[in-house]
Amino acid sequence: MRKQSLSFPPVSIRLSGDMILTSLVWVATALVVGMFLWLLGDLLFHGFNRLSLAFLTDAPQNSGREGGIGSILVSTLLILGVALLATLPLGLGTAVYLSEFSANKTGGKTTRLIRMSLNMLAGVPSIVFGLFGNALFCIWLGMGFSIWSGGLTLACMMLPLFISTTEAGLSAVPDEWRQGAAALGLSHASALWHVLLPAAAPAITAGLMLSIGRALAETAALIFTSGYVDRMPESLSDSGRALSVHIYDMSMNVTGGDETAYGSALVLIAMLVLISSIAVSLTNRFLAQRITPS
Amino acid sequence: MIWSRHNTSSLARADTALTRVTGSIALAVAVLLGLVLMLLIKESGAVLAEGGWIRFFNSDGWYPQSGEYNLLPMLWATLAASLGALLIALPLGVMSAVFSRFYAPVWMVSPLRRIMMLLAGIPSVVYGLWGLTVLVPLVGSWMPPGSSLLSAIFILALMILPTVSLTSEAALTAVSPASLQGAAALGLSRKGIVLGVAIPEARAGIMTGALLATMRALGETMAVLMVAGNVVQTPGSLFDSVRVLTANIALEMPYATGDHRAALFASGLLLMMIVTLLAWLAGRQQAGDERGHAHA
Amino acid sequence: MKYIHSICFALAVLMMGSAFADTQKLVLTGSSTVAPLALEIGKRFEQRNPGVRVDVQTGGSTRGVNDARTGLADIGMASRALKSDEGDLTSYRIAMDGIGIILHRDNPVHELSDGQIRAIYTGKITNWKSLGGTDQKITVVNKAAGRSTLELFLHHFKLNNREVRPHVIIGDNQQGIKTVAGNVGAIGYVSIGTAEYEQTYGTPIRLLGMNGVAATVDNVREAHFPLSRPLNLVSTGAPNPLAQQFISFAQSQAVDDLVTAQYFVPSAR
Repeated sequence: MRKQSLSFPPVSIRLSGDMILTSLVWVATALVVGMFLWLLGDLLFHGFNRLSLAFLTDAPQNSGREGGIGSILVSTLLILGVALLATLPLGLGTAVYLSEFSANKTGGKTTRLIRMSLNMLAGVPSIVFGLFGNALFCIWLGMGFSIWSGGLTLACMMLPLFISTTEAGLSAVPDEWRQGAAALGLSHASALWHVLLPAAAPAITAGLMLSIGRALAETAALIFTSGYVDRMPESLSDSGRALSVHIYDMSMNVTGGDETAYGSALVLIAMLVLISSIAVSLTNRFLAQRITPS
Repeated sequence: MIWSRHNTSSLARADTALTRVTGSIALAVAVLLGLVLMLLIKESGAVLAEGGWIRFFNSDGWYPQSGEYNLLPMLWATLAASLGALLIALPLGVMSAVFSRFYAPVWMVSPLRRIMMLLAGIPSVVYGLWGLTVLVPLVGSWMPPGSSLLSAIFILALMILPTVSLTSEAALTAVSPASLQGAAALGLSRKGIVLGVAIPEARAGIMTGALLATMRALGETMAVLMVAGNVVQTPGSLFDSVRVLTANIALEMPYATGDHRAALFASGLLLMMIVTLLAWLAGRQQAGDERGHAHA
Repeated sequence: MKYIHSICFALAVLMMGSAFADTQKLVLTGSSTVAPLALEIGKRFEQRNPGVRVDVQTGGSTRGVNDARTGLADIGMASRALKSDEGDLTSYRIAMDGIGIILHRDNPVHELSDGQIRAIYTGKITNWKSLGGTDQKITVVNKAAGRSTLELFLHHFKLNNREVRPHVIIGDNQQGIKTVAGNVGAIGYVSIGTAEYEQTYGTPIRLLGMNGVAATVDNVREAHFPLSRPLNLVSTGAPNPLAQQFISFAQSQAVDDLVTAQYFVPSAR
């Protein structure tokens, strides 16, 4: 430590600056983890009694205060599935377009239009999306209250988030990699698949996790599109209650539904862990294993 | 003329297909926005017509029954809550990302990311419930009524924290190892590397995260509705009960007809415009950065 | 490639699934207060009439009325009486819901006169000590505009919403209960059935009587309690036979237990 040149500040000051940052960083993280544990603890305290295997498979009874959430879980997964089916190709496509084909980094007219559209979409309140989804999917396209309507509306909401993070990830890949790939004779499409997307994998994963989280957490938009019916959906054009809508109904609307609300919240969190683990491992398998960024 | 220069004159067949496909997908997204805008404008038309929009700023207050639609108090509340939340969430989020990337023992990184992702997935109604039953009484014991701007800021900060943290972490991970190794080779301490090299280089990504987080905060409805108090007034202190634009739409839309309904849609339009303005400002700042930034 | 084909096929089957079902469907939309009750009545109706599906959606009383009018729904649900400009529709009452004032359990004040309540809500009295309670600021909890509960409250106490000086405005009953339960100085008004339930389960609130009449579900049923609202199914003058059947079922004694399970009051017959 004493070998530094004279232009560096003396050891004692440098060490304490380092120590301040270190402690700040630890404290910040501890605060965040602490808040999470506090929240989780509250949920466990109120909802743990309700949890059981039967809770996960039975149909709701007595307005959801008894029985389980089996049909609701199925509806939720179907809605999420539809949303991802729409978001992934559209999101990846747009992100690739924005990062690879814009005339320069800030883009020409089309790029600017698209970017502006995305930002505006991100700013629409979720309840407005619910009304929009209702008007477009339920009424105009005639899908009625259905899982299709809910999933597609969710996709509209997830897109800005997913596209932003994916594009940021792709833009962060240094240009030399693109030049190197071109020098090797790879086509753009090939370079994307083998080099660029794998390099952007952490960002894509982050975006995916955030989007899935956002989708599962969304309530207001789904009330108006996939609806309130708590029956087991027989097809994608059936109305189905999403888990977040169920939590809302149990905690805010039905008297005596608190325990079910907290229990359902715990199940939702567990679902999120499961789905994100699968998403992360899939992304790693198909993308990141080809390139390790650091 | 090779494709690496962000143009489309590559000769490979895969590439022409690629440009067409991605281009049309991107345009579809823009069209989507067009549809949303159309809906908003159509539904708010009644109250915006003939310069009626001035009512939003000089009416006597928000009294829909008598046709008064002053949006200003709610606008200030929305901005105050979101910016306040950002002020808390940005430093905390970036710090925890820095921790995850540079300070955490290896076994901690994955669980931490999981926790962040979990926080992101908790429905706003659960945050609202927790806020109403735990946070509000806490704040209320300090200064009644408890349902206030402060509670709203707190809850929003908690909700946007994962966005900031996860995107900052992704941005920090994308910092080139060459820069980090170079800095270490120069003898910089960890603090120096983090503050002097990593964060500046990851700034674009962090700013994107901050922007996304702010947008989320501006659009958040349920949780704020439960903890902010919902009285339409310009916030005079942190402990005042306030109503944000989104909560207003949620509270009143199911019961609104005619002009009232149109006014609510108009407030949604206003929110969209604010977000666009924010994004535009952020974009300009980033463009300025890039012009002055030598590309690595 | 094979996978894609089977996925497409599965999707197609899923989408067409409902087209092949030989079911009659009844759609109800409207008030989220009535929705849980309508859902349970619907389930029992489905059990007794196989081949029928009853779909319940929310969206608010006004939406229920509009959808019934335009035919988007077979039956609308409203947590209020029909307004004067809704004369083209008929309402069928399926339950009653009393509205009672609640205080925090630790608040020593045990009764309030109409005049005192009016003074509290217009901001003329701001501290419980003026009413014989502890030195605690009063937190006035009011309902958001448009709700029938608010309109009934204002009508009973002869108040105008502009005169009310609230500290907290709430949307749903549960929000009201949780707000009052978390604040010793709070006063609010919610559905009596819900408040009774919460009291029994230990939530720290207390129902206040009005004009000497205790706020209980029994008193609402026997019309002793002054403040209550009807829960209605609404439809146009000529509902289709299935809808008519459902409405009669919902008004019959066969669903009384479902009504009380929601902490509402079955209509006196």
